Amino acid sequence: MIEQLARLGRTGLLALERLGRGHLLLLAILKGMTEIVRRPFLLIAQMFSVGVLSILIVGISGLFVGMVLGLQGYYVLSQFGAEESLGVMVAASLVRELGPVVTALLFAGRAGSALTAEIGLMKATEQLSGLEMMAVDPVKRILAPRFFAGFLSMPLLAALFSALGILGGYLVSVGLLGVDEGAFWSQMQHKIDLHEDIYNGVIKSLVFGVVCTWIALFQGYDAVPTSEGVSRATTRTVVHSAFAVLGLDFVLTALMFGD
Amino acid sequence: MAQNRKIVEVSVGAFMLIGLVALFFLAMQVSNLSSAPRGSGYEVTARFDNIGSLKVRAPVTMAGVVLGRVVAIDFDDETYEAVVTMRIQSKYDRIPEDTFAKIYTAGLLGEQYIGLDPGGSDTFLKDGGQITLTQSSIVLEEIIGQFLFNKAEGEKNGGKGEDK
Amino acid sequence: MCPECGELGDGLDGHYSDWRQSRLCSFWPGAPGWWRAWPLLRLEAGADGRYTMSDSQAEPLVKIRGLRFSRGEKRIFDGVDIDIQRHRVTAIMGPSGTGKTTLLKLIGGQLQPEAGTVIVDGKDIHALPLDALYKLRIRMGMMFQSGALLTDIDVFENVAYPLREHTSLSEEMIRKLVLLKLEAVGLRGARDLMPSELSGGMARRVALARAVALDPMMIMYDEPFTGQDPISMGVLVELIRELNDASRLTSIIVSHDVQETAEIADHIYVISQGKVIEHGTPEELMDSQSAWVKQFMHGLPDGPVRFHYPAPDLAQDFFRHSTGGRP
Repeated sequence: MIEQLARLGRTGLLALERLGRGHLLLLAILKGMTEIVRRPFLLIAQMFSVGVLSILIVGISGLFVGMVLGLQGYYVLSQFGAEESLGVMVAASLVRELGPVVTALLFAGRAGSALTAEIGLMKATEQLSGLEMMAVDPVKRILAPRFFAGFLSMPLLAALFSALGILGGYLVSVGLLGVDEGAFWSQMQHKIDLHEDIYNGVIKSLVFGVVCTWIALFQGYDAVPTSEGVSRATTRTVVHSAFAVLGLDFVLTALMFGD
Repeated sequence: MAQNRKIVEVSVGAFMLIGLVALFFLAMQVSNLSSAPRGSGYEVTARFDNIGSLKVRAPVTMAGVVLGRVVAIDFDDETYEAVVTMRIQSKYDRIPEDTFAKIYTAGLLGEQYIGLDPGGSDTFLKDGGQITLTQSSIVLEEIIGQFLFNKAEGEKNGGKGEDK
Repeated sequence: MCPECGELGDGLDGHYSDWRQSRLCSFWPGAPGWWRAWPLLRLEAGADGRYTMSDSQAEPLVKIRGLRFSRGEKRIFDGVDIDIQRHRVTAIMGPSGTGKTTLLKLIGGQLQPEAGTVIVDGKDIHALPLDALYKLRIRMGMMFQSGALLTDIDVFENVAYPLREHTSLSEEMIRKLVLLKLEAVGLRGARDLMPSELSGGMARRVALARAVALDPMMIMYDEPFTGQDPISMGVLVELIRELNDASRLTSIIVSHDVQETAEIADHIYVISQGKVIEHGTPEELMDSQSAWVKQFMHGLPDGPVRFHYPAPDLAQDFFRHSTGGRP
């Protein structure tokens, strides 16, 4: 009984310690911003591997999600004779929720896991240690550019997801189901608000960008430097990111829209 | 190396452009950016006995055209009236002072909005001006209550008639 | 940081590059550059008021005193004292798992000890603020066992990395320097290869070229001979010695390859069970009377160190297993 309690306590302490290390790392990364100003190409190179290489999966997913929303929404809305509101429904659900959330989940799977594996392997092969001994701070040189690349890429990817999703919804509802084109756009424009919906969506995706990239980098940096340790860290990145995104989405939604 | 660098730079540039275009598309095509400019415009207030379920950001219309939006709703604890502040777009600067403001409901269960009926005055509303002629929102319960009351009255009267 | 005037400097200008020079501040605050850049000889007033010549070189470059370090429950070092003399090749030897690599990380300031001090070039490594530590590390090279080359850039860029990072030399100058360093390790022709295309021995030589790119005052070699074929082993042995003598470096080699290490080391420390067991020149150690050192230096299978990991008696182990339930 006492032993069980002690184990629980130990687990809790270890988790708290990890959390503390994670926050210290985030602090160090934020301090490393100066390096990016000095060498902007570091950031650009990371924007490429984090952002550009995620365009395809995010774009295609967005298009299909939008098309499915159009089909399903039509089915429900036509029962009330409200097909014209299809545009509103597609756009609102994409801009407010699906855009930021699904993009963040895809990002964690596509870019986050790659970041963790890369950093973890750099640790396992002593590259990070080597940089330190060359008097180069790996947090500044390796982690900070990746962090800001993630932070900047996420809202752009989420916007791309939403925009393509709305186009997908438009293709299905106007092209396939014969919803009136004018009504589709005008209802959407009437109901979707720039501040209420789009800005809040962008803020959400910025928060998700920070959280997903932070988790990925911390897991890599904190990984046990063996092949097993790195593979576990990669899995943890995806799982923790998913939890964090979904949990935070609820909190943010409650804060933004729940008045 | 140099070749690679160029490719990376170009594709990142393209990525950022695509992302910004998508944001722009969302802002311009999807949202009501064009119909609700913030900041520009002038504010007028109006007092209502009852605003029903009017909300901040509800449209202010004249002849069915949206001229502005409600930006604030306050309560005056001396007169027990609702004070509604509206922001009208600056291009609509020829609204007569004796304009009549009324709270309508869009459809049977829709949102409430403010409708303006123009008066005949030659002076126009300015920033900080007040619309004095207002009519409160129609509260559905009151109408139903009145209807039932009238009906009861009518029946009573009818009964008297039969008596005679 | 200069202990007397508190000036934060990189030490590159010779200011406070050893304890003696720190006194410079107190009696000559406006000392000109040439005076500060005179690290070898210094006129100093003795107790009798006469000026005498002193050689700052007598002070060891690295001075480890009472070092204690644990990893989890396991005590790795328990009161280790080591002196690394300037311009010598000093080897630290011991069986696998004695924490030799850990020792290098402690010298480089990557790990914090539980107790004890590591003084490098007059500065207590673990008491330095971070930026001063990084400035000191510029003058310390390290060759990792795996090479630790950056895998996303080619050989040339790897060697150029510290130069680009810490100097503002022109591209042409960097090119010349890099080719020079690569020539020294015999890999000028491999400059366009990626690290994944290199053999283990080549990767280590590239790492060596990178470690000396900034002309450091000392180089630490982590297991330079492990897993090398005889040819590249010979090449490395010669390279290490040549580099040390030609550029007046100080070398620290961590290894368990007795033959090769004894060939080039001037002084050897043997570590086991967290303590320095014996130290001396290779010849002295070869003739050591200590049974443990004898076994290690000559690679004898029998001696104080047993082949078996500590375990209960074999028959007892079998018996316990058959009665069920592992202990």
